[in-house]
Amino acid sequence: MFGRTTLSRIAVAQLLATTLAFAACGDDDDPPEPTSGPSVAATQGPATQLPGTEAPLATGDITVFAAASLTSAFEDIGTAFEAANAGASVTFNFAGSPSLRTQLTEGADADIYVSADTNNMTQALEADLVVDEGVIFTQNRLAVIVPTDNPANITTLQDLSRDGVKLVLTQPDVPVGSYARESLLKMQAEGSFGATFSDDVLANLVSEEPNVKAIVTKVQLGEADAGIVYVTDVTADVAADVTIIEIPDALNIIATYPIAVTTNANNVAAAEAFIAFVLSEDGQAILEQYGFQSAE
Amino acid sequence: MALVAETTRTRAIGSLGLGWLFGPLAILFVAFLSVPLIALAWRGIESGDLSEQMTSAFVLDALRLSAITSTFTLLIAIIAGTPLAYLLARRDFPGKFIVEVLVDLPLVLPPTVAGVALLVAFGRRGVVGEYFDDAGLNIAFTTTAVILAQLFVSAPFYIRTAKAGFQSVTPEYEGVASTLGASPLRAFWRITLPLAWPSLVAGAILCWARALSELGATLIFAGNFQGETQTMPLAIISAFESGKSIDVSIALSLILLAAAAVMLLLLRVVTRTAPVRM
Repeated sequence: MFGRTTLSRIAVAQLLATTLAFAACGDDDDPPEPTSGPSVAATQGPATQLPGTEAPLATGDITVFAAASLTSAFEDIGTAFEAANAGASVTFNFAGSPSLRTQLTEGADADIYVSADTNNMTQALEADLVVDEGVIFTQNRLAVIVPTDNPANITTLQDLSRDGVKLVLTQPDVPVGSYARESLLKMQAEGSFGATFSDDVLANLVSEEPNVKAIVTKVQLGEADAGIVYVTDVTADVAADVTIIEIPDALNIIATYPIAVTTNANNVAAAEAFIAFVLSEDGQAILEQYGFQSAE
Repeated sequence: MALVAETTRTRAIGSLGLGWLFGPLAILFVAFLSVPLIALAWRGIESGDLSEQMTSAFVLDALRLSAITSTFTLLIAIIAGTPLAYLLARRDFPGKFIVEVLVDLPLVLPPTVAGVALLVAFGRRGVVGEYFDDAGLNIAFTTTAVILAQLFVSAPFYIRTAKAGFQSVTPEYEGVASTLGASPLRAFWRITLPLAWPSLVAGAILCWARALSELGATLIFAGNFQGETQTMPLAIISAFESGKSIDVSIALSLILLAAAAVMLLLLRVVTRTAPVRM
């Protein structure tokens, strides 16, 4: 019990953080008005800067609503963006992609929407929440994770369908939950897993967590036997607590992340500068550092 | 803290000045409290087909689970909480202060803290849960976990109110009853309990209301699964998370709002017969 103390403590802290973020997501409707100075209008000129070209410095505040799986990478990108643009400040709101979309629908003040799938972005565009369908800026893939001590003794993907395994996913509307179910269907279609593989695995589902980070925490704490998450969720902090079971390319789903400026953006110039930064070599390098793959 | 039933003696409008000063602020605050509820009802009416939402399996499962879990929570709180409330009201014992603090703590603790505490205690790797797991008992992700979460955060409402109720009954009545030959249990059953009754009922209503609204501890400790652990508040947040339509969240919210209104009404009726102290 004592050997786990430190790990559990970290896990508990993360659990608190994810849950608090989740619980607070309804309260985000009214962030403070960005204090865009008069200089903002002056910088409003060329739209998206090409990577590598000299960009005018962005100024003012922007609020970025981003899929939870981007949390660590985007926090780093935000810091780097602020370092490169002394007058700019980025605030993030990380949650499940559909949850962010609901907040935007209800009038939340954001300059940028980043979804973990094109489906939520398309719906956002149809609801007139974003100005266009955005740019695909990165890709991700799925992996199965189990606690390091592996209480259900899961060593292969096939083991997920064994009776009594406690599996944790998100609901299907959250991208990672939808990708996971798609991947299970791919495995079923492949043949060797059995004709009812997908249903058998989903019968083991014990909880639909609010977002991917909550899945990681439940597995990390050993409460769940397995979860399907993005490979990028197994960060350095988590790596010691979980074991990865890889999903081969043929059975995997490639998650694509679009980023777009919102219709109600207060600071379009800085928002476009931020998107340009994400697409730049610096931005892409940070994403790759966290295990994301560059979008072709 | 006096609750509801005290007769309000309105003073003659001698001190008009204070009315001018306080009135507008009071009106503003009443508006603040009522506007969200009116908006909720308005959006509900506007969306029209809420009956369809309210009869979906998603909503009905949550409704059923909430009814079952909150009822169990209330029963356990009454059965286990009444003796504790009585002892706290009547007896002095070593460590009483600590017990009182423990009973009061969940009232002021964020439910998320309760959830984490329950998890590290009764979770599979928890301090106690580890042994449960060895014995083949699993609590996390089950309806039992939902009830434990509700009990932890809501029982104090019952115990506090019941304790105040017992304190308001003069101990001499029990003394008289026993000199007349009644056993202590009979004296408690026939004298103390009926006299403290309004407080017990008020406490039970508050406890039930809190159990029904429990979200944070449940989400952390019990997870979120339709029909098993997804109570009404979790269903509201899941519907919100799904990004489909806010109508489902509104429908569920209206049901809980109606339940809350009924409970407050009951509380008014109960406390009208006798003053209740908390």
